[in-house]
Amino acid sequence: MTELLFAVFVFTLSAFLGFELISKVPPTLHTPLMSGSNAISGVTLIGAIVIAGEMSTPTLAVLGTAAVVLATLNVVGGFWVTDRMLRMFKRR
Amino acid sequence: MEGFIQVAYLIASVSFIVAIKLLGSPRTARVGNLIGAVGMLIGGVATLFYKGIVRYEWIAVGFLVGTVIGAWLALTVKMTAMPQMVALLNGFGGAASALVAAAEAGKAWIENTLPQTTPFALTTIALSVLIGAVTFSGSLVAFAKLQELISGRPFLLPAHHYQSLLLLLVSIGATVGFVGERALLPLYGVGIAATLLGVWITLPIGGADMPVIVSFLNSLSGLAAAATGFVLNNYLLIIAGTLVGASGLILTQIMSKAMNRSLWNVFFSAVGMGGPTGTVGDRTVRSTTAEDVALMLAYAKEVVIVPGYGMAVAQAQHAVKKLMDALAEKGVEVRFAIHPVAGRMPGHMNVLLAEADVPYEKLYEMERINADFPQVDVVLVIGANDVVNPAARKDPQSPLYGMPILDVDKAKTVVVLKRSMNPGFAGVENELFYQPNTYMLFGDARASLETLTQALKEV
Repeated sequence: MTELLFAVFVFTLSAFLGFELISKVPPTLHTPLMSGSNAISGVTLIGAIVIAGEMSTPTLAVLGTAAVVLATLNVVGGFWVTDRMLRMFKRR
Repeated sequence: MEGFIQVAYLIASVSFIVAIKLLGSPRTARVGNLIGAVGMLIGGVATLFYKGIVRYEWIAVGFLVGTVIGAWLALTVKMTAMPQMVALLNGFGGAASALVAAAEAGKAWIENTLPQTTPFALTTIALSVLIGAVTFSGSLVAFAKLQELISGRPFLLPAHHYQSLLLLLVSIGATVGFVGERALLPLYGVGIAATLLGVWITLPIGGADMPVIVSFLNSLSGLAAAATGFVLNNYLLIIAGTLVGASGLILTQIMSKAMNRSLWNVFFSAVGMGGPTGTVGDRTVRSTTAEDVALMLAYAKEVVIVPGYGMAVAQAQHAVKKLMDALAEKGVEVRFAIHPVAGRMPGHMNVLLAEADVPYEKLYEMERINADFPQVDVVLVIGANDVVNPAARKDPQSPLYGMPILDVDKAKTVVVLKRSMNPGFAGVENELFYQPNTYMLFGDARASLETLTQALKEV
């Protein structure tokens, strides 16, 4: 129960932190912010890695591997394309 | 080892927070993004040391495939196609979260621990599958619309919203069933109903409302990861997912506010369904030529360019930059006015102009430039429509009424570059085109701009 309560604590504080961090982003950066934060949401990758690497049934291995593929795509594609965009934002 | 992994997760959490913080300013954004990527690498590598992991071949295969496709997508996607790219990546993230949660349930089923799992843990599994599946299918539909694989117009079945509501109720019902029965079958139900729900929610969204739905799906992809964090009792997932959920939610709010509509209204009103509205009568528009516009521009002191989705469609951002340079050579001051929902995702125009090397100091937000329009000699509207429609200010009957717009109609002269007289995505006639100080330059935006730049150099 305490573990659960702790998770709820972390969730609530993160939500407030998120609102605080984002509310001042200039519109110029909305797209990179979205693709960058999108890449961060690919953090589910670490859950996928565990599933794919555990000794289990073939079905679970397939599920886990599929999740690793999708999450990696999300992470690599997201960070990379964000970098490509941000490289273009130069000050004169 | 467990302690070492937790420390790595803590470092990763901090890097994500710092990354999002730094993404908020143009000078630090790139570093922020890199810090986020490094945090992800640290978290991922640390996970490989988790004691439960006994084989690495599937992880390696999955990682390789994902990296190759992800890198290929990131390197080849056109800047104009960024909205669909983000939609697609959102969808993948959502699907991955749903799969992880489903696999956890499957594991508990095989190990026969489902009967001892707490109702809360079961609920988080079902929620993770629910949110992840909605994100996945909704994003795919948004992708298909943006990529124009299917029509970008709203699509509604009979009693569409009741069907969506039914799907939502079935998803929730199956969630309750899963928690009560502790069996896998209701969880499949959650997955199927939620996948359909994502499709049903997104189909009625029209092109102009895409910035809202893309932001919303971005938020959901974060929440799906956070829900998976609850399933795995992993704070890194909870923190990162919630941060993204919050950021997506704020963007969603900004976007709906920029259209003077509630999120509810965006989901349920299907703007752009019917034919054109607004009175046209038998008024005529003044068509003009590139040569005439070149003359107007050459003798102007101040020019404001208003880009819209049409610029993206015509891939005209580089042509716009060339025109800007040609004007600068003539000593004309050029600025850009960017409406928050111009294009198909938040910041879409900014990215395109950055790609074309337009310095971002030249880009002005709506609030910063609206008061200046009466002093502007020439406004060039390039493929924008609804965001410059004065009916939003003047006509209480208009579906656009109340939406904040760029007040280009107050400028001395307005030149609209447009392919044809078709109304914008909202299907609303634009009063601006019939104003005495408005000239229409018909044709493909890029071709028009190139002719215009050439003509300008010869003035």
